[in-house]
Amino acid sequence: MTDDELIWRIAGGSGDGIDSTSQNFAKALMRAGLHVFTHRHYPSRIRGGHTYVEIRAADHEVKSRGDNYNFLLALGDSFARNPQEEAYYGNEEIKPLSENLDELREGGVIIYDSGLLDTDDIPDFDERVEENNWHVFDLDLRGLAKEHGREVMRNTAGVGATCAIIDLDLEIVEELMSEAMPEKILEPNLEILRESYEDVKENYDTDVGVTVPESEHDEEQILISGSHGIAYGAIDEGCRFISGYPMTPWTDVFTIMTQHLPDLGGISEQVEDEIAAASLAIGASHAGAKAMSGSSGGGFALMSEPLGLAEITETPIVLVESMRAGPSTGMPTKPEQGDLEHVLYTSQGDSNRVVFAPGDARESYIQTRKAFELAYNYQIPSIILYDQKLSGGHETVTESTFDREPNPDIGEVVTEEDIEQGERLAGRFKRYRYDGEDGVSPRSLPGQKGGNFLASGNEHNEAGHISEDPDNRVTQMDRRMEKLDAIRDELDAMDESHQTVYGDEDADYAILNFGSTKGAVEEAVDMLNEDGHSVKAMNVSDMVPFPKNEVNSFLEGVDEALVVEMNATAQFRRHIQAATGKHGDKLFSLLKYDGNPFEPTDVVDGFEARLDGSAEPAHNTRIESATGD
Amino acid sequence: MSVFNAIDEERDIDVNEFTPSLEPQATWCPGCGDFGVLKALKQAMPEVGRTPDETLLVTGIGCSGKLSSYFQSYGFHSIHGRSLPVARAAKLANPDLEVIAAGGDGDGYGIGGNHFMHTARENHDMTYIVFDNEIFGLTKGQTSPTSPKGHKSKTQPRGNAKSPIRPLSLSLTSGATYVARTAAVNPNQAKEILAEAMEHDGFAHVDFLTQCPTWNKDAKQYVPYIDVQDSDDYDFDVHDRREAMEAMHDAEDALYEGKVLTGRFYVNDERPSYQQEKQSTGDMPETPLAERYFDDDYEWERSYDFLDRHK
Repeated sequence: MTDDELIWRIAGGSGDGIDSTSQNFAKALMRAGLHVFTHRHYPSRIRGGHTYVEIRAADHEVKSRGDNYNFLLALGDSFARNPQEEAYYGNEEIKPLSENLDELREGGVIIYDSGLLDTDDIPDFDERVEENNWHVFDLDLRGLAKEHGREVMRNTAGVGATCAIIDLDLEIVEELMSEAMPEKILEPNLEILRESYEDVKENYDTDVGVTVPESEHDEEQILISGSHGIAYGAIDEGCRFISGYPMTPWTDVFTIMTQHLPDLGGISEQVEDEIAAASLAIGASHAGAKAMSGSSGGGFALMSEPLGLAEITETPIVLVESMRAGPSTGMPTKPEQGDLEHVLYTSQGDSNRVVFAPGDARESYIQTRKAFELAYNYQIPSIILYDQKLSGGHETVTESTFDREPNPDIGEVVTEEDIEQGERLAGRFKRYRYDGEDGVSPRSLPGQKGGNFLASGNEHNEAGHISEDPDNRVTQMDRRMEKLDAIRDELDAMDESHQTVYGDEDADYAILNFGSTKGAVEEAVDMLNEDGHSVKAMNVSDMVPFPKNEVNSFLEGVDEALVVEMNATAQFRRHIQAATGKHGDKLFSLLKYDGNPFEPTDVVDGFEARLDGSAEPAHNTRIESATGD
Repeated sequence: MSVFNAIDEERDIDVNEFTPSLEPQATWCPGCGDFGVLKALKQAMPEVGRTPDETLLVTGIGCSGKLSSYFQSYGFHSIHGRSLPVARAAKLANPDLEVIAAGGDGDGYGIGGNHFMHTARENHDMTYIVFDNEIFGLTKGQTSPTSPKGHKSKTQPRGNAKSPIRPLSLSLTSGATYVARTAAVNPNQAKEILAEAMEHDGFAHVDFLTQCPTWNKDAKQYVPYIDVQDSDDYDFDVHDRREAMEAMHDAEDALYEGKVLTGRFYVNDERPSYQQEKQSTGDMPETPLAERYFDDDYEWERSYDFLDRHK
């Protein structure tokens, strides 16, 4: 880890404005020319409870939250106003400070709100400060906020003090506040910001060695989460119908879409449950709109039935699955990659669906667009699989990522002339006729003259009539499954693969991973190669249809490959083995499922522990060898 | 003008247009009440003036679900209990379509009960026909949500301990703006009620009594019936919520005593449909969403314009 980066952690209670404050500050750092990556840690409760957001900023690309952090802004949490000292959760009052010390780097900075927090309540505080050479700023942020405005504005005071210490131009923050805040609260906030800044500059020694480097972006950057990537991808691709039920962390996509759709002539529906949500998407798509729905683990379980219905009726839809730790309600605000198999196989019968697992915010945008395109061109459901980490974490993405061309194409729909000339069966249009080589059949829409057909969840013949005829069954089944081969061919022929290979092509060792572990693994690869290892990584995004050839050739010359994933049962490793039919002798798993994402050193330690035993696997990670072929 | 030509078509509609040219053999049992629904629906369509190609019939699963096989229109044979969410989204995406949903009492009042409650509450502009035969038919005769208390079946061998659901009251309480009950044995009334339901601007729920001669041996249970509109004994104002509620209660109690009351129970023409409500809050486009995908001149907005807030 280099020192030319700031990893700023703002800690407090849920509902104290930690999230909004951090978003503004992250944007300020981006405007200062830095690359930014944020990480949210929050409990499953509305007020109180320990929460923090970490912002990592540097003049080079940052792909993960990094290892540990070097600047803590500890604010009092909601419990200071509603003390529950005897509560099950322990002494909540000091948590913003006490809970965060373990991961603070040596030489790091602490600002704490002495108006709310008392270091006397933390028995070994002074010893630890001395031992770690921390720089402590005890500032009465609450007092200052109260003096000029309201108590909640202590966040602003904390940001002002931070700017003084890291030497960040206050104007950038002022400008952002002017954009984000209504007139009424802007003035007091600006006063608090400036006063806090000046107080620290005048009365404290700010030469503590934690600053941000000066930098400039080559290209215009924007700061977005994976959820924004998905929502904007859907909108650009012409999706104008979304239906959903609130569930963390999927709600992010749902609310972003809902904010925009009415202004774009679209429709958003919050409905009674997830079965309804997915069914609505099917109904809207059947009538001719581009539609999506989604959920997280438990809600997606309810979508199992409509998902199969979309498959057999060949109704194009896009579903989003934002994974959180399971089983059942699990840990609602913690990331995991435990729903992979759930998404691959859920619903009765053989699955034919497309599944993409984007690795970062940029890929979320690009792959959502592709998921829609494939869904509508091939009349098949597509699923975007991602997780809580990518859902809420923000990162800088170049503006040029966003294609300026909207694509409202809903795939081929027959014309009324086609219908008139086409064959009919028992009075109905042959909607499910085998019409070409890719398994796609001609689609008509309700309201088209002569195009009526039956879309049925039962196996059906070419006109949609229910049929148990064995030969028809085989023909229809084969036709539907054939689409996946055609889709794989199309994906393989693209200029840019969804899979990202990182590191030297001829490396001796490999790491395979999927989804949000991408950034941490790439940083780990850099660290390992700097230490003299020879490692490359592949982040796989195409879960179905699986990029068998790409993975096979990636693994070809390597001695061993470590499969890194956030679950207890090595679901991705098994998926690779099942899809390629080999590599069992080469694959080892590095698993983590404690509710926290992989950080680069977790991967480095795991790799070295497996390779030559020179390290211990990181806390709460586990190495496991593959079985079978 | 719609890009969907069938929607613009104005002409006399023939009952037979709704019969597939090669009629598939209906798999309903002889004497089944479902034939009555099919017939009444076909006869109602010309009165409403809707063509097969501008009509979308969404069904659930079970004997009732097969309605979409024998009715010539656009059809969607969905999954058990889920006809309503599929149907109401199709209507939102293209409000010019005539959207009808149909299901059975197990399908609509049991597994799909939640959707029923919420679709009625939202007052979607559509028609919902529930084939009510007080039994699970296609799975061979299990007790359903409308089976009488004490009903014996393989799943309730000692007699049903549950009281039956009250479909009419439930519908009204949930927010439906047209609630009626009719019976397969009463084809003229059934046709009239279905036509009215389709013309109603809001959620129209028709509890359609269909005898099951195979699993509910008392196949004649719905004869004779009394039309509450034709009888002086049942004088209530269908536009008055309280009076309607009372009439429904009486009808629901009486059904299990062998007295079959049918007709219109509640009609509310005042309450705007969900589509209208949504348009008034600016949450729904004036032009049907589905049409826009065919409009070459429509300027599609890009997320690029939202990106400024992330800079």
